[in-house]
Amino acid sequence: MSEALRPKVEFLTHQAVEQIIDEAFELLEKIGLFVENEEALQLLEEAGQRIDRRHGRVFISRELVEKCLRLCPSEIKLYDLDGHREYLVGRDEIHFDPGSAAIKILDSETLREREAKTSDLVALYKLVETLENIDFQSTALVSADVSREIADIYRLYLGLLISRKPFVTGIFRVESLRPMLDLLVAVRGDEESLTEKPLAIFDACPSPPLKWSRLTAQSLIDCSRLGVPSELIPMGLTGATSPVTLAGTLVQQMAESFGGMVICQLARPGAPVIFGCSPASFDMRKGTTPMGAVETMMIDCACAQIAKFLNLPTHAYMGLSDSKLVDGQSGIETAMGATLAALAGINMISGPGMLDFESTQSLEKLVVDNDLCGLALRLVRGIALREKPLALHLFEQVGPDFNFLVLPHTRKWYRQEHYFSSVLDRDVYDTWLALGAPDIFGRAKKEVQRRLSLYERPELGRNKAGELRKIIENYARACGVESLPELPEI
Amino acid sequence: MANEKNILQSLNRAIVEGRPEEAPRLAEEALAAGNQPLEIIEKACVPAIEEVGRLWEAGDYFLPELIAGAEAMKSAMNVLQQALKSSGQSLKSCGRVVIGTVEGDIHDIGKNLVASMLRASGFEVIDLGADVKAEKFVETAAREKADIIAMSALLTTTMLNQKKVIALLQEKGLRENFKIMVGGAPVTEKFAREIGADGYGQSAVQAVAVARSLLAGGGGGR
Ligand code: B12
Repeated sequence: MSEALRPKVEFLTHQAVEQIIDEAFELLEKIGLFVENEEALQLLEEAGQRIDRRHGRVFISRELVEKCLRLCPSEIKLYDLDGHREYLVGRDEIHFDPGSAAIKILDSETLREREAKTSDLVALYKLVETLENIDFQSTALVSADVSREIADIYRLYLGLLISRKPFVTGIFRVESLRPMLDLLVAVRGDEESLTEKPLAIFDACPSPPLKWSRLTAQSLIDCSRLGVPSELIPMGLTGATSPVTLAGTLVQQMAESFGGMVICQLARPGAPVIFGCSPASFDMRKGTTPMGAVETMMIDCACAQIAKFLNLPTHAYMGLSDSKLVDGQSGIETAMGATLAALAGINMISGPGMLDFESTQSLEKLVVDNDLCGLALRLVRGIALREKPLALHLFEQVGPDFNFLVLPHTRKWYRQEHYFSSVLDRDVYDTWLALGAPDIFGRAKKEVQRRLSLYERPELGRNKAGELRKIIENYARACGVESLPELPEI
Repeated sequence: MANEKNILQSLNRAIVEGRPEEAPRLAEEALAAGNQPLEIIEKACVPAIEEVGRLWEAGDYFLPELIAGAEAMKSAMNVLQQALKSSGQSLKSCGRVVIGTVEGDIHDIGKNLVASMLRASGFEVIDLGADVKAEKFVETAAREKADIIAMSALLTTTMLNQKKVIALLQEKGLRENFKIMVGGAPVTEKFAREIGADGYGQSAVQAVAVARSLLAGGGGGR
């Protein structure tokens, strides 16, 4: 059978793509990249780049960027906790993961944002394990009952105890990087096994415009050396930290990503990098950073288009909302984002569960978004030509009553051809009334409980618990943190 | 007479309409026409920046207009303050604020907005930028005899550095010399209380109200 046409969306002409890339090269050559990290500066100096030491500014040649681009793998593979299941990050494969590092959670009862507790994070991890359209976990929530010094690493520690899916994570302070990598090495057994089968991706955001900070540059270097993939996530805010035009922001963001990519490749040729994107169409009226704005999504898709042109794995922050509730707005923005991202063929799509400009996670929204991601995944599978002929033979089989329900063909294909949601309402009116006339939030709330009861803890997480505990305790002590919160029942 | 009024009016419009390249020239013309600096400030500049604030709150002005208005105000005030100084007079500002994003944190957009709004509302603002060490906050505030220290933090891990500044002030016996206000996305009123800050604001507009209330002797934050 011939393959289904994959529906696609593109925002840039071929000529526009090349113009943006060219201008990004020029930006790095003429204005340069600000690098606040000594080790990164040294790597760049050794590679023969001109450096203005006083301002920490490096002028990177087009030649070096092009050379490094050729070293980047076009595909990356991630593996689950057991190292069995393989996920391809590249081509037009798409994977969703929850929006990361929320500082609050939407309380299911009061419908108000509040600080998260460790038990909330445990519930979130367990829930995501059960969401079939969300392939990866992310360290999605920061719990406030943990000492703030170890907030970033604690999320990963807890996650590795609970989940089987690979992780998208990142650091808040330089000191955390080594122990976080240690946690991952502990799970795999040794460094070589982690290099061979990456379990986590580290997000690193350049500081717009055109800067890689001490923190994020270190993350790039250390992860690259270990073969841990880095996700480069430029976040221009149009008109605030990048040019106000969408194309102008694209130029800046490409230059920032090129700069980060060069640091990775100098640290270790062939280092896995993902070209990510998390801009916002900065709201000039409210002074906020809307992730659900249509222009934000246009920049995201265009960024991915350019990265694909260069044959690189892609990422974007899409499928999230600025609403404060799981309501109409959150549905609109999330569905639009998830759909566009899927149509753009973006490999890693971070966003589900997130509300309020990347501030707040919601369990109910995760469940709703799981369906929205399911719809998007279905959409890009396109219209398959399953059998030949397509229909003619059926009319010969079907009886005089033309009842397709009885055909084996129907049973054979209906689950593959059609997506079945878990919380979108498809009941008849009276059934819906009898259920108490629930809205989507009400249905999602129930579904969260049902799914949590399905969760099963992976054996490996249980076996490694002691070893992981030692790493986090040692690190906590080094930070002057004496006690860790009691672990809730997993 | 009519002409003199026109000049004040033009200066007023230059600020309201955000034309920082014109405002200083108009301020100089107003002086040349024989107006006292204080009079120019009171009759042209202050009403102008108040109108900018009103237009912003009404949703008619967006950030670029607000910032342009604040910039025009600043450039006019440079000229007028110079004139005040040479005539031996001085201007009483709403208060002097030392502001910055705390150490380890480079998020500065919110902080910049707060600084602009404070400036536009008549405060003198000394902006230390981002990733500012505790010592720098304390030294600058002491040297500049600031009324308020304002700190922004956007990361869970760097919020603690707001506390560090307060601890350092206490250690140096300087805590009572300044009012302290804090903000940034993860910061809450509860956290502000816990670390012993005097005020907390959720937005740049609130920051101004909090700053005013702190200097009027009231508590800050909601
Ligand atoms: C833009 C942004 C960035 C930009 C910052 C650019 C810049 N020049 O500022 C860049 C890309 C550099 C960045 C980097 C990182 N970021 Co960031 N970033 C954001 C984002 C999307 C928006 C922040 C913003 O500017 N908002 C708009 C302004 C106007 O709002 P605001 O800052 O809150 O300020 C308002 C109020 O809070 C208040 N206010 C602010 N300060 C003050 C002070 C006083 C005294 C008062 C009264 C009021 C007040 O008034 C302001 C105006 O109304 C937030 C998400 C979010 N929801 O906040 C994440 C966020 C803060 N970042 C986050 C992270 C993790 C990072 C990184 C560590 C990522 C990485 N691993 O690379 C790095 C940190 C680097 C570092 N060491 O600081 C997390 C924090 C998670 C946590 N729990 O700590 C967030 C929440 C996003 C997320 N969910 O992952 N980031």
